[in-house]
Amino acid sequence: MHPAPSVIFFSTFSGLGFGLLMFLGLGIPAVTGWMAFAFFAIAFVLAVGGLVSSTFHLGHPERALKAFSQWRSSWLSREGVCAVAALVLMGLYGAGLVFFSQQWTLLGWLGALFSLGTVFTTSMIYTQLKTVPRWNQVWTPLNFLSLSIAGGALLAGQITWAIILLILSGVIQAAAWLMGDSRFSQSGTTLATATQLGDRGTVRAFEPPHTGTNYLLREFVHVVGRKHAQKLRIIALVLMAGLPVVLLALLPFNHFIALIAIVAHIAGVLTARWLFFAEAEHVIGLYYGKR
Amino acid sequence: MTTLPQSTDKKLGLVIDLDTCVGCHACVISCKGWNTENYGAPLADEDAYGANPVGSFLNRVHSYEVQPDDGAAQLIHFPKSCLHCEDAPCVTVCPTGASYKRVEDGIVLVNESDCIGCGLCAWACPYGAREMDPVEKVMKKCTLCVDRIYNENLPEVDRVPSCVRTCPAGARHFGDLGDPNSDVSQLVADRGGVDLMPEQGTKPVNKYLPPRPKDALPEFDVLAPFLEPVIKEPKGFLDWLDKALEKI
Repeated sequence: MHPAPSVIFFSTFSGLGFGLLMFLGLGIPAVTGWMAFAFFAIAFVLAVGGLVSSTFHLGHPERALKAFSQWRSSWLSREGVCAVAALVLMGLYGAGLVFFSQQWTLLGWLGALFSLGTVFTTSMIYTQLKTVPRWNQVWTPLNFLSLSIAGGALLAGQITWAIILLILSGVIQAAAWLMGDSRFSQSGTTLATATQLGDRGTVRAFEPPHTGTNYLLREFVHVVGRKHAQKLRIIALVLMAGLPVVLLALLPFNHFIALIAIVAHIAGVLTARWLFFAEAEHVIGLYYGKR
Repeated sequence: MTTLPQSTDKKLGLVIDLDTCVGCHACVISCKGWNTENYGAPLADEDAYGANPVGSFLNRVHSYEVQPDDGAAQLIHFPKSCLHCEDAPCVTVCPTGASYKRVEDGIVLVNESDCIGCGLCAWACPYGAREMDPVEKVMKKCTLCVDRIYNENLPEVDRVPSCVRTCPAGARHFGDLGDPNSDVSQLVADRGGVDLMPEQGTKPVNKYLPPRPKDALPEFDVLAPFLEPVIKEPKGFLDWLDKALEKI
């Protein structure tokens, strides 16, 4: 799949932002006034910034409001509904903390629930696609959710939780990769089933329908960059989980070290998200003799 | 609404005969022509006369080589367009309701004025039947020429999809695959028509007729005795060369 920067940035930063919002909604850390303002500002910049960048890949962003209508059937629509609900609830909850020093607990819990729901619905947009077998597995939502919660703990300054959750998210990330590697062959879709010509011999794509490229090949058949996939996986794991855990667990805590841990984590998640798209193979590639 | 109908009154679709298709791409051109001049946003091309032309098409013809265990390889031309699936995954993923499957005839269509161009429906389609128009930025797909098949301004013979009307080999057939007595359903039954990627669970309406087995030439040996090689053993230079090579 084509790794579009807008979607990579969206899912990374909004995942972090909604992860932080979840912790804030649960009252962790219990902040009010200016401290609360700072935490909520960071969370909203990440969550809203990510959502805005996701509209950059739309052909007609001016019609985006229509995307809230099909929540009964469409995960993309559900994501939009969850995101707006989370932002409104957490905006009200944050206003209570910042301006009135009031913690409206129920509102916070609801906001936390919708924040997690947003990350879950985002992951389901990919998980639901049978056409991309690597994504079509339970590890995809676990991967998105664990990274979001771990990143949220890191941003919320919860050192112990961050260490535990970062290790957990690293393990889940590794599992998602390893299990994902065999998903395409497990799906049973081959050029033989795609053409239904497999019973008479070995099928080979002889001539594509056109000499140039097309939308399908640009969007779904991304073969460059996979060469270094294994190296990039290790780099991503070290940056997203390894380095932050070492920094938080072994060094005396200060804000500078926390900042380095956060930057490393974000760089690691961006790398992993790039791989999430670049490594994913769409079955349409079979018709073109490419994967 | 992007939920799928429980059932449709008709299942209009195409039957494509892989035995007959000669790979001329006339269906591709007539499809592009009709759907550029009629219903919906025109099918755009970018850099059409330049070095890197690219454009949207609703129908494309692949060619595959099939190599049997014994015997000669066979070349099979393979037209591919929207299969108007019963369980169309492209419809349910649409966040705006722009994609829908019609209850009356089962045709899968896009309401272009509701399409936000997110591309998710194209991601969900295993057949590559949907392409984003590079200029209008809305999703384009086969409409089964919905503006021809019910069009009473056209002569009756023309009230079929443009690709079917154009095909010079008669490799494309149009009809109601929900009616077991229709010509297309009979054809599918007679020739053992198949679904593409059945494991994807899309239940395509369009069917493909597999190529018929090729007949093999009988061993033709009436004249064989007269065609015995005149020289069984090489002589002269060839004889020397043969022996010299043997010795090496």
